Amino acid sequence: MKDTFLGFRRSDGRVGIRNHVAILSVMDNCNGIVRHLAQLVRGTLPLPVWYGRGQFGPDDELFRRTQVGIASNPNVAAVLVVSLEAVSAQRMAEAVAASGKPVASISVQDEGGTVASIARGMRLLAPMVEEASGQRPLEVSLSELVLGVECGGTDTTSGIASNPALGWAADRVVDAGGVVYLSETSEWMGAESVLARRARAPEVADAIYAAVRRIEDDARARGVDIRGANPVPDNIRGGISSIEEKSLGAIIKGGSRAIEDVLAYGQRATGKGLYLMDTAAPAAESMTGLAAGGAQMIVFTTGQMNIMGCPIAPTLKITGNPRTAKRLADNVDVDVSTMLAGEALERAGARLLTRMLDTASGRLTRAEVFGDEEIAISRLQPTV
Amino acid sequence: MELNAAFLHPQDNVATALVDIAEGETVQTAGARVVAAEPIPFGHKIALTRIAAGQQVTKYGESIGLAACDVLSGGLVHVHNLASQRGRGDCVTQEDGL
Repeated sequence: MKDTFLGFRRSDGRVGIRNHVAILSVMDNCNGIVRHLAQLVRGTLPLPVWYGRGQFGPDDELFRRTQVGIASNPNVAAVLVVSLEAVSAQRMAEAVAASGKPVASISVQDEGGTVASIARGMRLLAPMVEEASGQRPLEVSLSELVLGVECGGTDTTSGIASNPALGWAADRVVDAGGVVYLSETSEWMGAESVLARRARAPEVADAIYAAVRRIEDDARARGVDIRGANPVPDNIRGGISSIEEKSLGAIIKGGSRAIEDVLAYGQRATGKGLYLMDTAAPAAESMTGLAAGGAQMIVFTTGQMNIMGCPIAPTLKITGNPRTAKRLADNVDVDVSTMLAGEALERAGARLLTRMLDTASGRLTRAEVFGDEEIAISRLQPTV
Repeated sequence: MELNAAFLHPQDNVATALVDIAEGETVQTAGARVVAAEPIPFGHKIALTRIAAGQQVTKYGESIGLAACDVLSGGLVHVHNLASQRGRGDCVTQEDGL
């Protein structure tokens, strides 16, 4: 079985599977300029953001850390930082430059407004894009992969087919020396004892229970039954009856290997193996955390179809629901619904892994093709 | 007979329909067989035995909640008769030994 892919070696040693020139909005008032620039200069990836001004404390730290993380992702070749004013522009540019990537920045106020900023942005981006287009990927081992696993639009086929197939592939990545991130903390609730049994150390088991307890305490503090928020209506329509049932099926997608640690939102793993990451469940927020943590690719299982992808990390959509595979075929990258009719796990898993390596080497996912990709950074507190 | 429901763990008392199952149809899994007491839509769960109110519903070998009322053998198990025990800010729930 093939176990290499083509990737771009970055100066910090990590390998990218795309070669984006990113245009990073430091705050939402620059989104217009960022989007205009992405239209005007070929090969650029706009990263607009909501909020980003008037935040402070841990909320601001998480927000900035996540922006730095996605801009520093190995799939990014170079970065243009756009902010309204010079202090935040400078600060973000310096933080991203620590990744070793070429970084330039614009302060809209100092540049002279929208029109001047767009002109300057085009002049800064042109050589970056030209340079990136001259880079060539090299063959690297599966051990260089940081795989994010995600689920959305879950139904009962997720736990029976698509999550087992992805878990099989995740085990292969870990065994080869790569990294796997499993997130969506509310979808550990009901299955946390299963995860804790595989914790590398007692502190890791404690961290798993603590993360889930925080979610449960919050539901109690709000006086609300979490059902309806998680599971969501399409999960329920697809046969999921409780968060416990959803979680027990969901955790399968991370595979069976030992859990090395529980990472904070957007935090990078320092070693190899399987890690949990404490994130919200909805896809845009969760995948933004995975990408900030350095995931180059995300494989996303879905039963009822969730079309969301991550603009930084190409997102492969896999379904085990034969009705979805047919009716929403436009959005399906890999169909493993044949497992319901008896296709062996190893065979479906191997098909998926082959497609993953192909995607890593350049084959586009449907989410990339259609542009169904959004960034959403988690907030801890309201803006002042 | 072809398997028309998924039975995931030896301790499970529900199976998951892999096709739409009609009332009276035989449900055949890898580990159990039961007759559907009512229509079971694709992807929905069927009780493999009678499940009494308050009894644990088991899937993947673990609890997915408690029966909210008595469930017939071959009955549909879903949000109308399954009470989740987690994330229940709406009521006081039993601690499950965390």
